[in-house]
Amino acid sequence: MNKFTTWIASKGLGSVLTLAVLLLVAFPLVFDIFRLNLVGKYLSYGFVALGLVMLWGYGGVLSLGQGVFFGLGGYAMAMFLKLEASDPVTTKIQSTPGIPDFMDWNQLTALPLWWQPFEHLPFALFAVVAVPTILAFIIGYAMFKRRVGGVYFAIITQAVALILTVLIIGQQGYTGGVNGMTDLKTVLGWDTRTDSAKYLLYYLCTFLLLGSIALCLWVQKSKLGTLLLAMRDKEDRVRFSGYDVAMFKVFVFCLAAALSGIGGALFTLQVGFMSPSFVGIVPSIEMVIYAAVGGRMSLVGAVYGTLLVNFGKTYFSESLPDLWLFLMAALFIGVTMAFPDGLAGVWETKVKPWWKRKQAERLAIRKAVEADAASDAPVTQTGNPGRKPPLTGSVSGQSA
Amino acid sequence: MSNTDFALAVEDLTVSFDGFKAIDNLTLYIDKNELRVIIGPNGAGKTTLLDLICGKTKASGGSIKFKNEELTKLDEHIRVRRGIGRKFQTPSIYENLSVFQNLEVSYPTGRSVFGALGFKCTDEVKARVQVVAEEIGLADTLEKEAGLLSHGQKQWLEIGMLLMQDPELLMLDEPIAGMSARERELTADLLKRICKNRSVIVIEHDMEFVKQIAHKVTVMHQGKILAEGSMATVQADPKVIDVYLGH
Repeated sequence: MNKFTTWIASKGLGSVLTLAVLLLVAFPLVFDIFRLNLVGKYLSYGFVALGLVMLWGYGGVLSLGQGVFFGLGGYAMAMFLKLEASDPVTTKIQSTPGIPDFMDWNQLTALPLWWQPFEHLPFALFAVVAVPTILAFIIGYAMFKRRVGGVYFAIITQAVALILTVLIIGQQGYTGGVNGMTDLKTVLGWDTRTDSAKYLLYYLCTFLLLGSIALCLWVQKSKLGTLLLAMRDKEDRVRFSGYDVAMFKVFVFCLAAALSGIGGALFTLQVGFMSPSFVGIVPSIEMVIYAAVGGRMSLVGAVYGTLLVNFGKTYFSESLPDLWLFLMAALFIGVTMAFPDGLAGVWETKVKPWWKRKQAERLAIRKAVEADAASDAPVTQTGNPGRKPPLTGSVSGQSA
Repeated sequence: MSNTDFALAVEDLTVSFDGFKAIDNLTLYIDKNELRVIIGPNGAGKTTLLDLICGKTKASGGSIKFKNEELTKLDEHIRVRRGIGRKFQTPSIYENLSVFQNLEVSYPTGRSVFGALGFKCTDEVKARVQVVAEEIGLADTLEKEAGLLSHGQKQWLEIGMLLMQDPELLMLDEPIAGMSARERELTADLLKRICKNRSVIVIEHDMEFVKQIAHKVTVMHQGKILAEGSMATVQADPKVIDVYLGH
């Protein structure tokens, strides 16, 4: 046990362990299944926040279009679920049974060719990661090789988010349009709407999130992580040390996209639908807020930030429906103005030193008490009348 | 554009910015194991020349050959991998990383994305960091954050980061700018040591320093070469005295 704790401390994993206990033990004990399912939904956004810590915090590249990758992952999952929900028996009232309802409403008479691979779960799961990653590679390669960065890159990612939203809404027959894909029920016959399924999905989401944190920590600790920090500081020095800076940025962008895709798929599974309202500019910016509130340099912080902002959002929108948007904005502005490194920054610079000071004080008091007791002890034993006899004197006295 | 025995052969190199020729039909050869100092008034095109060789600026015309390989079409990081190291005028180090990390990330393995992911700081790397740190006099400050170093130490650290890569051509842009007299001496000794087994190009204004280190001096003026030769010949050249040294 002692070995385990020192190993945890040496690797700086204490905060990850705390988060794991909170998510795996505390939340399931405290919340009912409705709230827990809500937490699971928030945690699926947490994947995007993790990606942003890597991309924005470490890579120094701000993307305001991460909703695109969240959405693509979510849609890839939703397409599989929708096909499973649209078997010929349940859809027999349609003019073309066996295709998703929205296709039927839009006068499609056969399943489009590019939909067909999504009948298979392995392909859908592959697409959840691959589609966002490939799109991120194309955008990233085109931008970073041309040395597009900073504000320009952020604007382009916003444009991509807008384009994808317009595309999804416009292509109603293929995507379900503005309503998205709804009525998702089962995975290979397993009903995802029951309480037990919701518990299972929550744990799946949590384990994948913790696994993603481990993956990101590993990347941060590798030479690549050091190089990302170096690039943020002196990009030219890295380039003229023989590194292809653009490819490193492409890599983190792809990593962030893949994580977002996984988050999107877990969102679809837990919430039961996917719609363009999770793809566009507004949700993309909200996801940046999660990372900013949590602290863009801290993986664990980003998860807390996601939870906090979403709890706040739910609470405010339930109790103060007219005000919650303003309160959200106030939270974001307040945090970025007062704590540029987010919650994690407050923890590192304020809470931890305060705790250490307290600990030191407590230790000093304990030591003083012990020292008092120790200096008292020989007095009673030897019966020496002097309150504090000089130590050397007593030793030489004994040896003589 | 014939092949030569020179380490670096720059021929008819030209670059123009909106019609202004910062480097004008310049030809320059650097021998193997040579330490060349380039001097010249401000705006002569010295830094631009280094930018062209390392790829920071693209040439408008002419050729740059390193070990008989044409460089002008290669990306910057490829040129570095061929063996060209460049130190910038202002110390360019990673302020937030430790001295050790600064040197470690400059070690020339694991340069691809996946190579960097799998890179391990082996004993070999640590030994190399130690050797270089001793060479540049920073062996005692390996754990220190680089941003906390003095200006002179930062300059040495950047030279050390280049030494980690063991380049065959080292280009230093004003390496003693802002240094104290003592630091200048140490730097001169350092340059004399590290120019063995490699070619070095140094841009410098300080004539005393140039005298100490230079094998050969090139004087640039308005993007062209004004004179070339030993320090003594160059100093005696009336053209050089006229535009640079004299007044």
